[in-house]
Amino acid sequence: MAQMTMRDAINAALHLEMARDPRVIVLGEDVSGGAGGTSGNREASGGIFGVTKGLWPLYGDERVIDTPISESAIVGAAAGAALAGLRPVAELMFADFVGVCMDQIFNQAAKFRYMFGGKSSCPVVIRAAMGAGMNMGAQHSQTIYPFITAVPGIKVVVPSNAYDAKGLMLQALRDDDPVMFFEHKALYPRKGEVPDGDYTIPFGEAALVREGEHVTVVALARMVPFAEKAIDLLAKEGITCDLIDPRTTSPLDEETILESVENTGRLVVVDESPPRCSVASDIAGIVASKGFHALKAPIVQVTAPHAPVPFARELERAYVPGPQKIETAIRQVLKD
Amino acid sequence: MATAPASSAPHAPLAREQLLRAYRTMKTIREFEERLHVEIQTGEIPGFTHLYAGQEAVAVGVCEHLSDRDYIVSTHRGHGHCLAKGCDVQGMMYEIYGRAAGLCKGKGGSMHIADVTKGMLGANAIVGGGPPLAVGAAIACRNRKDGTVSVAFGGDGSANQGTVFEAMNMAVVLKVPALFVFENNGYSEHTGADYAVGSKDIAGRARGFGMPAEKCDGSDFFAVYEAFGRLCAHARAGGGPATLEPVITRYYGHFEGDPQLYRAKDEVKRLRETMDCLKKFRARVEGEGWLKASDLDPIDEQVLAQIDVAVKSARSAPPAPESEVTTDVYATY
Repeated sequence: MAQMTMRDAINAALHLEMARDPRVIVLGEDVSGGAGGTSGNREASGGIFGVTKGLWPLYGDERVIDTPISESAIVGAAAGAALAGLRPVAELMFADFVGVCMDQIFNQAAKFRYMFGGKSSCPVVIRAAMGAGMNMGAQHSQTIYPFITAVPGIKVVVPSNAYDAKGLMLQALRDDDPVMFFEHKALYPRKGEVPDGDYTIPFGEAALVREGEHVTVVALARMVPFAEKAIDLLAKEGITCDLIDPRTTSPLDEETILESVENTGRLVVVDESPPRCSVASDIAGIVASKGFHALKAPIVQVTAPHAPVPFARELERAYVPGPQKIETAIRQVLKD
Repeated sequence: MATAPASSAPHAPLAREQLLRAYRTMKTIREFEERLHVEIQTGEIPGFTHLYAGQEAVAVGVCEHLSDRDYIVSTHRGHGHCLAKGCDVQGMMYEIYGRAAGLCKGKGGSMHIADVTKGMLGANAIVGGGPPLAVGAAIACRNRKDGTVSVAFGGDGSANQGTVFEAMNMAVVLKVPALFVFENNGYSEHTGADYAVGSKDIAGRARGFGMPAEKCDGSDFFAVYEAFGRLCAHARAGGGPATLEPVITRYYGHFEGDPQLYRAKDEVKRLRETMDCLKKFRARVEGEGWLKASDLDPIDEQVLAQIDVAVKSARSAPPAPESEVTTDVYATY
């Protein structure tokens, strides 16, 4: 097992599957970079975050397709190619750009199987970098997975570490449904143990990251390492928590969450998105309606505020839920 | 292009069998739509229906160049494209009535009929939603290197959508065999194309994206067939995308129930007399001596009978069962 960044782990999954399945193509802005222009350096970037690096030299223009800045056409072309038998991976660069191609995601790709009476498949993977932490401002920092989670017909993946990211990406590439794969920018450089070979992680199966008895903490993506910090700190005081990383928000592993709450009676949900109609409020709603009898205290939700993501370092730091806010929430849920 | 067998008069641009098939398909579309226009008034057909009557020569003139391995994406006004691409008449009628036996099990309806096995990637109720999909299917065609093509049907209204511009540019950049057919029927819903298309020239816009484009009389089957034939051959040969703008009219409103107050009195009546594609087709093939009235009259009768059976069967067919509400959302979940 090698230590690998989450960026390299996703890259490794793409390499494995493109070698294994000739139907897999990659398309998006700068997925190789350097098409046209004057330098002659044909693979100039390998994706703005380097996630698709090394694919173009192996597979060329036919399977690694640099596109114009046209998100609707990127996602639409990926969906159309999927209907026509390919297994496309569309890169949206920043998750915020869902705003310019939402129709192709939620009216087209997500609905084909249903509208066509189950007689078609649209196995497309839409990759998008998300999240705050790099001072990129309100249009390049959002975690918009709640919007997509709300849409029937598409699956939503939000990995929190390199190992999961590789296994979940391989699963996404082999899945017969449309998948939106959200990669947190701040997690790209984080290293973890990643096996060399082929493995998949099924969707809808949460990871139990920490085991404890006093509180259930559910966290997503970058909030998972933050929650680990808070939980490890509290463990020194004898407060122990279950930490559940759902890994996919659609399908959602309700069972693991409900079982844990059954044992602890207390729930903290941590979500980087603003609070309204968030995954946090969704999970809180599920536990309130299906696990109310087990609850010993009101559920605490730790989320960003109902505000756009600010730019300045100090403001962004205050905006994103961090280990300290999570620690405070755990203490609060124990007090009630 | 097929060559005419000895039974046809010289210079027929299509073989006799193909002429007969083209007429049968156009007539099927016409009677399908005329009958729906009547049946919708009974209230038995749920939802929104947009009829294609008047535009038949476009769907058939284009699809006569395509096989099941070629792709099309269609629009909210999609019945004609579906039938021309080979979707089953009875299966479509069941679907429009919301029946379990419908092509899409009653989950799609008039605006979402699809049959991927026929290369029909779906009618699409979002104006401008289809062209990006067609470019993707064209990527698949290009990579297969088998000379197949992908066609995006759209109306003059779709020519004003940004998604369509993105798709056209990307098709040129990637040099994929995508063909854009803008059926300019003069109206974007209730608004004139002469108002809503700023340049008043959709084919000209397409040329601006760097692809060949032609305009033709959409009521003349032969004009559509020949123009699309040229453009399709260009795409099949690896020349990249192309655009056709057939100028045409629709006989009914944007949707069934639209009183068409935006159209001049007697406009449709006049167009039915002067611009009817079926009348023009008959006049041409009979005038040239390619076919006789006695070849075509039986087709009229057969088509009417087929549509009658389709409607009667659909009316009495069992509805889509409630148990189907939550199936087919995902392959696995």
